[in-house]
Amino acid sequence: MNVGAPEAIAAEQAIVLYVNGVTVSFDGFKALNNLSYTVRIGEMRAIIGPNGAGKTTMMDVITGKTRPDSGEVFFKQTHDLRRMDEAAIANLGIGRKFQKPTVFENHTVFENLELALKSKRSALHSLFFRLSREQEDRIDSVLATVGLRPQREALAGTLSHGQKQWLEIGMLLIQDPELLFLDEPVAGMTDAETEQTAELLRQIAGKHSIVVVEHDMAFVRALGVKVTVLHEGSVLAEGTLDHVQNDDKVIEVYLGR
Amino acid sequence: MPIAVIRCLLASFALLVVLAAPQRGVAQDADFAALVDTAAKGEFAEQSAAISALAATGDPRAQAVLEALAERGLYVTAEGQVVIGEDHPDGLRLIDPLTGEEIGIVGSRDVERVRANNSLRRAARSAIGTLTLMSPDPAVRLNAAQTVFSSQDAGALEMLEQALEQEEDDDVRGAMQKARAAILLGSDDPALRLEAVEALREFTDPDIRSMLAALVVQRQDGTYAETDETVRAAAAESLEAIERKLAAWRIAGYVYQGISLGSVLLLAAIGLAITFGVMGVINMAHGEMVMIGAYTTFVIQEVIRNHAPELLDWSLFVAIPAAFVVAGLAGIAIERGIIRFLYGRPLETLLATWGLSLILRQLVRTLFGTTNQEVGTPSWMQGAIETTAGVTMTYNRLYIILFCLLVFAGLMVALRRTALGLQMRAVTQNRQMARAMGIRTGRVDALTFGLGSGIAGIAGVALSQIDNVSPNLGQGYIIDSFLVVVFGGVGNLWGTLAGAFSLGVANKLLEPYAGAVLGKILVLVAIILFIQKRPRGLFALRGRAVEA
Amino acid sequence: MARIATSTGYVPLLMRIDGGGRVLLGLMLAAAVAVPALNLLTPANFALHVPTYLVSLWGKYLCYALLAVSVDLVWGYCGILSLGHGAFFALGGYAMGMHLMREIGDRGVYGNPVLPDFMVFLNWDTLPWYWHGFDSFAFAALMVLLVPGTLAFVFGWFAFRSRVSGVYLSIITQAMTYALMLAFLRNDMGFGGNNGLTDFKDVLGFDLQADSTRCALFACSAVALGLGYIVCRLMVTSKFGRVIMAVRDAESRTRFLGYRVEYYKLVVWVVSAMLAGIAGALYVPQVGIINPGEFVPANSIEIIVWVAVGGRGTLYGAALGGVLVNYAKTYFTGAAPEIWLYLLGGLFIAVTLLLPKGVVGTTSDLWQRRHEIFGRRGSPPVASQGEQREAAE
Repeated sequence: MNVGAPEAIAAEQAIVLYVNGVTVSFDGFKALNNLSYTVRIGEMRAIIGPNGAGKTTMMDVITGKTRPDSGEVFFKQTHDLRRMDEAAIANLGIGRKFQKPTVFENHTVFENLELALKSKRSALHSLFFRLSREQEDRIDSVLATVGLRPQREALAGTLSHGQKQWLEIGMLLIQDPELLFLDEPVAGMTDAETEQTAELLRQIAGKHSIVVVEHDMAFVRALGVKVTVLHEGSVLAEGTLDHVQNDDKVIEVYLGR
Repeated sequence: MPIAVIRCLLASFALLVVLAAPQRGVAQDADFAALVDTAAKGEFAEQSAAISALAATGDPRAQAVLEALAERGLYVTAEGQVVIGEDHPDGLRLIDPLTGEEIGIVGSRDVERVRANNSLRRAARSAIGTLTLMSPDPAVRLNAAQTVFSSQDAGALEMLEQALEQEEDDDVRGAMQKARAAILLGSDDPALRLEAVEALREFTDPDIRSMLAALVVQRQDGTYAETDETVRAAAAESLEAIERKLAAWRIAGYVYQGISLGSVLLLAAIGLAITFGVMGVINMAHGEMVMIGAYTTFVIQEVIRNHAPELLDWSLFVAIPAAFVVAGLAGIAIERGIIRFLYGRPLETLLATWGLSLILRQLVRTLFGTTNQEVGTPSWMQGAIETTAGVTMTYNRLYIILFCLLVFAGLMVALRRTALGLQMRAVTQNRQMARAMGIRTGRVDALTFGLGSGIAGIAGVALSQIDNVSPNLGQGYIIDSFLVVVFGGVGNLWGTLAGAFSLGVANKLLEPYAGAVLGKILVLVAIILFIQKRPRGLFALRGRAVEA
Repeated sequence: MARIATSTGYVPLLMRIDGGGRVLLGLMLAAAVAVPALNLLTPANFALHVPTYLVSLWGKYLCYALLAVSVDLVWGYCGILSLGHGAFFALGGYAMGMHLMREIGDRGVYGNPVLPDFMVFLNWDTLPWYWHGFDSFAFAALMVLLVPGTLAFVFGWFAFRSRVSGVYLSIITQAMTYALMLAFLRNDMGFGGNNGLTDFKDVLGFDLQADSTRCALFACSAVALGLGYIVCRLMVTSKFGRVIMAVRDAESRTRFLGYRVEYYKLVVWVVSAMLAGIAGALYVPQVGIINPGEFVPANSIEIIVWVAVGGRGTLYGAALGGVLVNYAKTYFTGAAPEIWLYLLGGLFIAVTLLLPKGVVGTTSDLWQRRHEIFGRRGSPPVASQGEQREAAE
């Protein structure tokens, strides 16, 4: 584990996300079944699992889209996420990148970042909002980070799939959340882009806690972080990639049947 | 109360005579003649007793005598013979009451008219009523019992009780019991009155209520019409019991009306449950599909009227498949021509189909004119069942309730058991996958839309029976239909069923308290609030498939 | 959808108004001056003389245009397809109508100094509580804003918080105006029932039949349209506008960025309802009547086609559509009433199938294409994929 050293100091206080015994069922089908895991501050975690393992539902629960039937979800030990809606959770500092890139296609790349920029979110405030010089610089620096400077004034709808992925990552960065959820961030990217993404994530880990949901094993290996394997709505195995890949249960789930 | 006194007197005399009188049907001619004689020539009291006795004989000849007496048509000849006289241009035509044969024509001064004051004539009239209590025709008996009830002639009591003993028809029996109780109410004996008051509890007619109410109302001088306190209390109790029963009937009536309204809503909404609920297409022209169905019914009826009038009663059976086909084809044309270009853009679909609805309405106006068309109701759908407490159930409404349930059941079977139903469900659940499996999704879309529209057409056949067939027929149902589908839960046919009936009943239950318009507003507001509480309706589907 | 440069912090007011908007504002300014002048100062036989009936007719069109702008604000920019905006328009109209009724005073048929004629006719002896205060113009003017605004607030509060959106919202807005229509049809509601409010005499002491009053009302309508446009334009070019457009294109994504979508919707909804109310209030003295017919759901749907014809999401296009469609309506219902409904119906279909961007959007597309042909660089055409995706969600 890359960022293992500091956590020994105050392991208990350093937990950013605490998921315990969460169950969600849809018409009798348990999408999540007594799911429990924790993420430490500054940690990067990869979550893998076959289709229908509950990865998306797990993110829906944490970001407030779906209410769990039972179980607890805490952010930094004090915020009970079950009681909050999406906006409140986002404002707490939890960002999410969707599996299918969702950017605002009728807005320019710049405007997309402006919308995501960390600032007051109230309606009245937005009516009289004026972008400061620092904020504009910040947007430009993120644009540079994700390599979209030339497309600054282009409509997001005109970007290629990979560019949209990058724009969405940029939007996540500029939101400056403490905890990031990325759902298949490298789907549709070339190998070089995938490598770039892994590099970017490694850079920002430490300052942010990151949870990456991925299918691409090469990418997970490139990240080199602790892996949690989900199966049928609960945790099947946890550990390094090599560890879980040699786990009998994991092999059975992925290769058996 | 002089009339009451006279009535009591009459009653007692009548009792005496009747007790002495021989059994019905075996009266000797001599006895009958004697009674006729007394009725014509006796003193006032004797006359009235004789009238009652005549009635009690049950002799068919008595009716003519009594009628003559009531109409001042009974005469006594110079020889002292009692005769019935009918007006004739030359004077009077005389008829022998005993034989019914004509005697001859005389001048009106040759015979003396039997004196009969109003109360005697009234007694005669009610006696006629009792006479017919024994008629072999139940309708005549019922009529007689009602006559007795309204005259409350104490003289008829004995006859009534005899008739009651052998009466087998429930309706007539009830009417007789009612009449008996009404007579007993006038009795001197508080025990009898009490019995009467308690017996009247079983009936809900307004005249009985006012009769009972009259007993318990305190007059200005502080006295009551009913002197006995126990009877009064019983009367009050009976009144309450009647009111309770009436209230229950009223509620039942509202519920029935609600179910009836619900069946209409269901018919209008059920096609929408397919096009909107299953396919997610907002078809604002859905109401016009209903209208097309109604106009198809009209056209078919006109054709049959002109070419095969003897089949007119069965025209609806031709109209149902015809309306289904016409509206269904219209639906397929709409889907292929407009809607398929707008899948995934519900708001645009809404606007385009609204435009279509404007055009269709105007088209019908151009073709048929703006006036309402007359669609006849077949004879077997006319008439109504009436209950005693004033709840009327017309046959056409009953047939519509039945019909809507049949349509619903048929649709359920079609969706579950046919290949199209299976493909429809497959396409709505996962279009790509269905296409990958070789289902021609475009064709399924068109057929599904055609099915929903066809059902709307069938609804039009039913609505033509209870609503004006006009270009705006469909407009009256479109908002309600959408609310029913949304309220019930989109994509859930059972929800539509429950939604339609609960909205119908709620509407009709609110109406008497809030008025028709306010009731409707309240229901609308309630639905608006409900949708906001549960945006996915009564029977919401839950799961990722829905939220995605 | 026209965009403005966001990279500079401060954008002057005029810069935030696009070309079409400037044309609209210029026209309104000119009309507010020229039309009254041509009516009042020129003799009837002068070639450019504007007869009074035309002044009122065009005043009515301008009210419709403002109504269309208010609908475009919610539909074009925030994706809320309201099928009940006629209700806000009518409520504003009723508020004004109530004031005009009170101003009749004892000049009514029954000569009652306080009660309007229809109340006397119904044998009422006191003014209902909600009619108090309407004798004051200022109060009535406030109510023109507050009544539609409050209804919109309450309705929106429930609807947006419980996340009723898309078609469902459209249907319940339709149910809302339908319920109001039924309510206002009732005599005992105290708004004149089926007949509504009419027989107005004057406003602020000026005779409503006088040419000068009609010209003033026309000028007010033009100014109101101009100001309404500016308010909407400032809203949609601020960050607020970019948020509501984000809501329109991808609502749940906006939530995940931390925006409270329901409050944004509520603000735009209430502002739009108030603008519709103002349009109604200006409309009533010019047509001389307000009745429950204004609440008929079909009317509200018709407004949508004005916006769609003109060009959704452009504001000035909506105003253009409001005038165009109503001009056509006046023409055809007079010349060939049979044809009008076919045309209107066809317009709904044609606009959704063939001209999804309306007259304005299509024209500017053509313009752009011509420029591209001539070798100039134009920004790539905007596909409304966002909407489709949101709809599919």
